[in-house]
Amino acid sequence: MKQDDAPVLTAGQDNKQIMGLDFHNPVFPLSALAILAFILYALIYPDAANGQLGAARGWSIEHFDWLFMIAGNFFVIFCLALVLLPVGRIRLGGAQARPEYSRLSWFAMLFAAGMGIGLMFWSVAEPVAYYTDWYGTPLNAAAGTAEGASAAMGATMFHWGLHPWAIYGVVGLSLAFFAYNRGLPLTLRSAFTPLLGRYTRGWIGHTIDIVAVLATIFGLATSLGFGASQAAGGLAYLFDIPNTLGTQIAIIVLVTVVALFSVWRGIDGGVKLFSNINMVIALVLLLFVVFTGGTLLFVNGLVTTTLDYLGHIVPLSNWIGRDDTTWYHGWTVFYWAWWISWSPFVGMFIARVSRGRTVREFLTAVLLVPTLVTIVWMSAFGGTALRQSAEGVGELANGIGDVSLAMFHMLEQLPMTTLTSSLAIVLVLVFFITSSDSGSLVIDNITAGGKTDAPRSQRVFWATLEGVIAGVLLYGGGSTALSALQAGAVATGLPFTLVLLVMCFSLALGLREEQRNQRLATV
Amino acid sequence: MYKKIMVPVDLAHLDQLAKTLRVVADLANFYQAEVCYVGVTASTPGSLARTPEEYQQKLDAFAKQHTTEHGQPVSARVVISHDPAVDLDDVLVQAIEDVGADLVVMGTHLPRHLDALLPAHGGKVATHTQASIFLVRA
Repeated sequence: MKQDDAPVLTAGQDNKQIMGLDFHNPVFPLSALAILAFILYALIYPDAANGQLGAARGWSIEHFDWLFMIAGNFFVIFCLALVLLPVGRIRLGGAQARPEYSRLSWFAMLFAAGMGIGLMFWSVAEPVAYYTDWYGTPLNAAAGTAEGASAAMGATMFHWGLHPWAIYGVVGLSLAFFAYNRGLPLTLRSAFTPLLGRYTRGWIGHTIDIVAVLATIFGLATSLGFGASQAAGGLAYLFDIPNTLGTQIAIIVLVTVVALFSVWRGIDGGVKLFSNINMVIALVLLLFVVFTGGTLLFVNGLVTTTLDYLGHIVPLSNWIGRDDTTWYHGWTVFYWAWWISWSPFVGMFIARVSRGRTVREFLTAVLLVPTLVTIVWMSAFGGTALRQSAEGVGELANGIGDVSLAMFHMLEQLPMTTLTSSLAIVLVLVFFITSSDSGSLVIDNITAGGKTDAPRSQRVFWATLEGVIAGVLLYGGGSTALSALQAGAVATGLPFTLVLLVMCFSLALGLREEQRNQRLATV
Repeated sequence: MYKKIMVPVDLAHLDQLAKTLRVVADLANFYQAEVCYVGVTASTPGSLARTPEEYQQKLDAFAKQHTTEHGQPVSARVVISHDPAVDLDDVLVQAIEDVGADLVVMGTHLPRHLDALLPAHGGKVATHTQASIFLVRA
């Protein structure tokens, strides 16, 4: 460990202890104030907020498409290079450190935090949307053809495969490295100490941390809000439970209460437990779709999905001379901005549970394993949905009407619909819980100046706030207010892209130095 | 009667431990018992130590410093917790077993309104272990 880092940053060094609380000043109060201001704005002027924050998101996607695309590709190459280079042998926490979680639990936790709910809805909706030309097709492939189906699967995998996980990998590895190998607090600003030194203690550091808190809480709250509407839509479709505001608020309350229970029980008793439950239910649903949707077709699908992905990854990664601008702005660049705005949360959480892994092990697990799992998931869910759409079976034959119902439309054509659809709704809710509890822990970490032992009441505060924001926005401003806040979260993707690029540079410097120190130590 | 006394120590709040440590010294002298100081920390960098190893060094130094108070053998053990804000009681119960203590001396605070929601650690630890527990009010 490098001793001269000591004066730069220490966990909790700028914290205030008031009324049994232990929080960073000014990150905690300013984050809370900014959250309040944004919510009031979205509630009082939902249309104006939606227009302005939506315009900010649109502007960043329109004008900086090239930056998002270059950065996305760079992160993948950067991570793969670290896996292959000798620095891959560096162990997080020093040579003697050993992993604290079994591989299975570790993987379940990072997957549940990172992908979560989106994969449930979009693994069915996205391939069908591309195949049926819902809002354009990838690379302008002809809709409804074999070529269109191949491009649809390739593009969906592209959005859920190596690229998003490389984004999470960069943030997670940087934070883990600077925390465990440099002894710096587990907060975003620590990753910039090699470049900014003591300035990370000042306003540059505060700003990075506050924006991370805002992006995380708005991302979580809007996901919860939209997810509640989607789950309520599913309940209405399946059981004729009226899809009213009351049902949606009840779902938000339910998820928040269980998430509170989870954060109260901590990482081992709550977050890990729900991640494992999540994985088991997901596996059951996956096996069901594989067996009832056609096992041979699935096995064949594994090969074709992989080939579709590999076959389209290069043209889809390219941003020059594209003639499907509307499609790739609307989907690819939007996804990249979304993943990047989500990355402080997922990265921090992955870092928290990854001490003792080597750089190579960390990046292999974070990049390749989720990609392989997504291939399996997509071959089952997306593949079955695409076949239904192509063969004119069920609702999906008419393309995508309501995104939140696409999965239920697919399950409807398989046996035991009520049982599997109910399981799907439960899985949706558990995915929310695992995002909400781990997100609250991360926000608590950042706002407690990197301390992981801040009083429990603080994490309870953040988990409650997520639910309250989702509920209040849905109640006061409806989906317009939620969209406004989501646009705000996605708009943070642009500044964070630059932050992440700097982070890569900072990490490379840190790893090179670590390797040099280890070499000197062995001489 | 007692052979090994375990003393949970929070190095961040030593000011609140003075009375407890005096009691420990008296009991250790009286029973000629070994004293084991136990500290709980996360593996993430904290305000006192950047690594569990650094925490162990500080706890060792603390234990050594307090040998003179009672002249009995001392040891120091750091237990790593994934989530110290939550796991503390469970970790302490496990530590009592690992250390092989037959008496635990813990500092505690005066009962407060919040205790219904956030109970002090001593009570819960006492219900989950065979060892005797001596709670010292701050």
